[in-house]
Parts: sequence; C-alpha cells; structure tokens
Amino acid sequence: MEIRERHDHDVLVIGAGGAGLRAAIAAQDQGLSVGLVCKSLLGKAHTVMAEGGIAAALGVVRDEDNWRVHFRDTMRGGKGLNDFRMAQIHAKEAPDRVREMEGWGAVFDRTDDGRMNQRPFGGHTYARLAHVGDRTGLELIRTLQDHAVHEGVDVYMECTIIKLFVVDGRIAGALGYWRPTGEFVLFRAKSIVLATGGIGKAWKVTSNSWEYSGDGMAMAYELGAELLGLEFVQFHPTGMVWPPSVRGTLVTEGVRGEGGILTNSEGERFMFRYVPEMFMGDYAESEEEADRWVEGDRVNNRRPPELLTRDVVAKAITSEVEAGRGTPHGGAFLNIAAKRSPEYIKKKLPSMYHQFKELAEVDITQDPMEVGPTTHYVMGGVKVDPETAETAVSGLYAAGEVAAGLHGGNRLGGNSLSDLVVFGKRAGDSAAASAAEQAGLADIPDADLEEAIGESLAPFQRDGGHNPFVVQEELQQVMQDKVGIARTATALEEAIQDIRALKGSLKACSVSGGRAYNPGWNTWLDLHSLLLVSEAVAMSALGREESRGAHTRIDFPETDPEQSNHNTLVKEEDGRMVAVNDPIPTVPDDLQTLIKEGV
Amino acid sequence: MARRTFEVYRGTAAEGKLENYDVEVEPGMVVLDAMFRIQAEESPDLAVRWNCKAGKCGSCSCEVNGKPRLSCMTRISDYPEGESITVTPMKAFPVIRDLVTDVSHNYRANKKIPQFKPRPKDAEDGWRMQQYEVDRAQEMRKCIECFLCQDVCHVLRSHDRHEEFVGPAFMVRTAAFSLNPIDTVDRLEFLKDTGGIGYCNITKCCTEVCPEHITITDNAIIPLKERVVDRYYDPIKALVRMVRGGRKKG
Repeated sequence: MEIRERHDHDVLVIGAGGAGLRAAIAAQDQGLSVGLVCKSLLGKAHTVMAEGGIAAALGVVRDEDNWRVHFRDTMRGGKGLNDFRMAQIHAKEAPDRVREMEGWGAVFDRTDDGRMNQRPFGGHTYARLAHVGDRTGLELIRTLQDHAVHEGVDVYMECTIIKLFVVDGRIAGALGYWRPTGEFVLFRAKSIVLATGGIGKAWKVTSNSWEYSGDGMAMAYELGAELLGLEFVQFHPTGMVWPPSVRGTLVTEGVRGEGGILTNSEGERFMFRYVPEMFMGDYAESEEEADRWVEGDRVNNRRPPELLTRDVVAKAITSEVEAGRGTPHGGAFLNIAAKRSPEYIKKKLPSMYHQFKELAEVDITQDPMEVGPTTHYVMGGVKVDPETAETAVSGLYAAGEVAAGLHGGNRLGGNSLSDLVVFGKRAGDSAAASAAEQAGLADIPDADLEEAIGESLAPFQRDGGHNPFVVQEELQQVMQDKVGIARTATALEEAIQDIRALKGSLKACSVSGGRAYNPGWNTWLDLHSLLLVSEAVAMSALGREESRGAHTRIDFPETDPEQSNHNTLVKEEDGRMVAVNDPIPTVPDDLQTLIKEGV
Repeated sequence: MARRTFEVYRGTAAEGKLENYDVEVEPGMVVLDAMFRIQAEESPDLAVRWNCKAGKCGSCSCEVNGKPRLSCMTRISDYPEGESITVTPMKAFPVIRDLVTDVSHNYRANKKIPQFKPRPKDAEDGWRMQQYEVDRAQEMRKCIECFLCQDVCHVLRSHDRHEEFVGPAFMVRTAAFSLNPIDTVDRLEFLKDTGGIGYCNITKCCTEVCPEHITITDNAIIPLKERVVDRYYDPIKALVRMVRGGRKKG
C-alpha cells in the first residue's frame, strides 16, 4: 500500500481561506480534534486578494442601516435567485462575525469617534464595508490564521485532497498528497467541511490563482452532491488590461467606492446611460449630484452610477468597447486622480497605487487606469442546507465560494468576506455537533484507496503524451471564448463538445520527472476537477434561456419573469451529468414585501 | 518580440545546477511569467511556488540575480538586454526542489509569539481606537509573509541561527500585536529570550527588501529593542532590583 501516513480527526476542514479558517475555529471551540488541510502555504488563500472590505450592517456610518436593508440589497443584487434564508442569516449575523475579529487582533480603519469605519460599495444602499485600506482580505486571513493556530488547530500545508470517501452512507475520509514529496496521506474524519473556493482558473482572463480549480465541487459531485446555479460566474468589471502579462489582475471596487469614475475614449462618463430599470431613482442623475455625494453629502444626494452592481458595470464596459469607444488596450478608463488628492489615494488605496506603478508604470494619483472585466468569482456551487451548510452527502458541509445560495444571480462586493465568516462558522458548528454524535471513525477499504492512487499516478506510466499545461491553456481559451461574459446556445454547445474532447486529451497526458513538487503532475490532477466543473458551468448556462444578473445570453437578451422561480441544478444520473430546474423556496410574505417595497 | 536567457536553479538541496532557458518575452512580463513559459514549453516539472501573481500573497519569493525578490513583481525589462537573468531559490531556507524552499521555520517561529489578548470592551459594540493609533499597527500588519526579510537577514542567511532568532518578519509580527491599541500582553521576555532580538545588529537589509515598504528596522525592531534594554539592561533599574532582592536578569 502506497499510504505511509494517516491522520484521524473529529472534523477535517479542506481549504484555509476565510471560510475554512473560520470553520476550523468554530469546530475547535467545541473541544474537538480539528485538522485543516490547504493546497498552498497557510495564509496564501484567495481571501488574501480581497481588497475593498467586508459587508456588515453595523450602522456606524449611517444609523439607518440594519440587517433588513442589507438583506434587501443582497436579494435585489442577486436578481431574486438567492436562497432567502441564507441571505437573511447572512445579513443578521455578519455584524457579530466582524466585531469578534477585532477581539482576535484585526485592526480596521476608524471613524473620527474611534469606531469601525465603513465604505460605500456597489449595490449597497449605505456605506457598509468595514475595511483596512485596500487590503481587507489580508487582515482577515492573518487574524483568523493566528487565532486558529494558537487555538490548537492542526494545519497540513501544501497538501492537496484528491478524493473523498463515503462509508455506510456517511462521509468517512479524504485522500491527499503532499506537494513537496508527492507522497499520499489519508485523513479519516467524522465530519468534513469543504472550503475549497471557486473555479476561476478555468478562464484565461482571471483574477484567480492556480488553486481555484473547483476541487471541492468536483469531489462533492462525485459523491452525489448537487451543483446549483453554476451559470452565474461573476466577471468583475475592473481587472487590469495592460500589459498582457497582468491582464485580469484585480482592481478593487474600492477605487469606485472612493469616488473613481469610469469614462470611455470620448471622455464620456458612460455609466449614467446604463442604470437598469430596477435601480432607477436609486443613483445620481447628474455628474454634479454624484460629485456632491463623493464630497460627503450622502443624505441629500444619491451615489454615482459607477457603484451599480458588478454585473451591470461589467456589461456596460463590454458594450462601450464593442461600440468602438474602448481605451487603446480594449477597456475603459478608471480615474480616481480626477476626484481625490494624491495623499488621499495613497492612504486609502495603497496597494492599487503600487500595483499600477510597478506592473504598468502608471501613477494612479495622476493618470487614469485602463480596466476591463475579469473572471472573479462563482455565485453557484455545491447546494447546501441554509441553516447547517450540510450538502446532500451526510456529514459533508460546504462554506464560502464552494457553496451556492447566498448570492443568487450576482454577488455584491463585500458580501463574500462576510459570507466566509458567517457560513464558515455555521459549517464548523454543524460539522462539530454532528461529529460529536458519531460513535467512531469508519474504515475506508484498501481497494478504494489503491484504485484512487493508481488513477492519480497514471500519467507517469505514459511517454510522449500531451503536456498538462497545454490542455489547461486550451480549456481556458474555450471557456473565455464560449462561456464568457456574453453567451449563445451555439457557442455553449460547442464548448461542451470541446470540454469532452479535452477530457480525452487529459487521459492521454504524460508527466515527466518525479513526484516531488512537480507542477506538471499537480496541474494534471487539478484538471480533472477543472474539466468536470467547467462542463457543469457550460450545461447550466445552456439551460438558462434568458439574461439575468451575471448570466448574459445574446440569443435571449431579456430577463424572463417566468424563469425567476428556479435555479439550475447539475447532478449525476445513471453515470451522466444532467441539468434540471430546481424550484426556489417561497419567500415569506413579510420578506417579499421588504424586497419589493423597501424598509 | 525579444528573447531573453534565464539561468534557473534546477535540483534539490543535495544537488543541483543552473540550467539555461531561452524565453520569448513580451512587454510588461515579469520573472514569474518567464517561469510559466518554461513550464508550458520546456519543463512542466519546474518547481515554482506562487498564488496571487499580484504582490499580495508573498508566495513567489526567490532571488533574481542574487537579490531577494517577489518574482511576480519583478519586471524583466528592469534588467539590461543582452545579459542573462539568474533565478535561484531563497538562500536562507533549505531547498525542496528548484525554486521552492522549505519555509516551515517561519511557521514555527510565529507560533512562539505570545498571542494577542485585548483589554475588556470599551462599549457593548466593541472598542474605541483613534486612526492615528491604528496607523502604527497597520504598517506592521501589511506584512504578506513573503519571508524576503528573513532571506536577506545575515543572522539567518549566513549564520544559520534559525533556532535562536525568530527573524525580522516575526519582529514585525510582534510589533503588530504590541502596537495594537487594545493589546494587553507583555512580550519583552519573549523578545529577549526565545525571540533572540539581541542577534539583530540593525544593518537594515530587511527594510530594503520589503516589498510592502515596511520600515522594519526603524519602526519595529529598534523600538522593541529599546523596551527590552529599558527593562533588562538599564543599570539603574538593575541596581534597584539588586537592592530589592529581585531576581537577576540578563
């Protein structure tokens, strides 16, 4: 048997971004033995990239803010496809989850009276995002990381989980390999929490790193869990577009939150032309009004249209470029220098200042940035119970980007960090409670382990096959061209065929060298999940014949009210992947009124 | 499009050598992009550690022409054309393979620091702090744990004192806790003994390589050193302790 190392825990958490760390802390608080496995070094997960802030109705900057307003904003931003109960839990619990981190050492920016400051963001009625300059995610991950480690969570770094096992109808363990050595390791656990993030690496232009290959979604699917709402992939409106090597790198929405304006090649501030009917009357109608809001009078003026939801802004930039009004490198101009002093910009947006200075030789305190849409986040994911975060697999939980439900058809900026800590805690709590009820750990049959190990080592047995990096690049091109920001049935059908063909190429790949820190082999293993989830995304997108939120169909440009009552659900049936409609739970009357008529 | 030559370390801790690679470079490319191109075109098994590729996670640390750098923030055009560029792993840590080093020392060092403990809440909804107080802690909390300061620090790099000295990165972390306006923990004994702050002789090399521009020596290490000296090495205080029969320290 290849496995020389085994670890047993009550609760195993896979993924160490905000959701995984928060889940591990919650389970550890229950006095259980907790293991935390992560693909990279601890503290490097994608949470670190979150810049603008964490959304919570603290009511510091504006007294009028409360969970009801936050709930309403989230539901409207999600175009009605959100799980209402998740949106309600999220809005109610986010303030406590943010405040407790201050007690663990997080140092947020302050108001003049010494309280936690809040910044405006797209789609949020009031200034709502607690923040630390433009590096809020770093503050979050470092705080949670230090707290988890000192609380006694066992951390397994640079360890990739490749398969989960069910024994007697309940989750039983996970097989992984150490990146530095290529040796296999088995974890047995009574409960497992997936916190593996999204699938941004499937696209060519992306703000996501190599880690985001949809592992959690693929492994859960293979055990019978369902994937919900995967057609909703968020293209963040502002990624860098130049130089080519940094195309897709994120430019925080905080730039617009601090007053940054979007203009086209004709110098026109075009967002005033793109306010959707749903949000008419909520945004400034003139540049003068928007300026007064930026200058501080937020009671008598409405926010600038640059702060519309991400789906709207991304599509507006794409339309301007297509109409021939793009910047020299095919984007829009984002200008903060026109509205704020160099000192203010360096204080509030320090990492953006350095990013542009060092990577693009642009001084954002003087000149505009060039920006365009970049793959950023997936709203869809594993379907979970809204209260407990449990998946359809008994004992398997999911939280954060890997899970679906909270964000519906489009996520508001700042709602991801709060999602991580709200549902990370809930998943950790439920996983611990259910682990405590189990008699013991289950044994995973040796034959199952040997089969999984044999499959994962197969490319070493072949010579002269495809290079896994080339297969990955081909997939990214397919997803970029055919499952991108604007879609058609023809392109999506082609994409599904292409992805299936690439699955064949994957089987013909070979890997050279040894198993120790071999990125070729590691990429080959990741591609299995990447291809499976990419196919699910394309099938979901083909199924929704309308345009709504982040999902745009050129062949069905309108939103169809008939399609507001279901989500797309992908699952395995008789060994095949199928997409079906999953009815959305009925929203109770009081919440329905709240969404429609306001607080 | 120009071609550039990269000399990249290939091998393990036990054995290895510089291999030459010819890479086609486009405008704006950084050193990490060149490593990706080598993986895609020649050597898929070239070991590189990276994540965000935007200077925010601190994973891709290595040495470019012998200088500690984040490879994702190092532009190829900054090096004179016609000369090859050398890319090697961080010297202060054991090599795992190629450009990847074993940085577990840093995680062990971090665990030794006495954890943050806040004072009781100032109000039901939390604490009150002024931005000017918070600014000083926030400078330290910018640390992205790239460990370049550890790599350049001669106590670790040349003298291998990893067990005796936690290194500049964890002086920064200690300062981050201690500068938090609501922190209540005394870390001076840790700094003097386990932390080994006395090993630092303030050559400021760490400050120079910090990609986050944290003034490590001036704002983290020197103020902490002053407090350690104040408590443990002040001759007048030592005399008072002797007269009072206090335990002799340091």
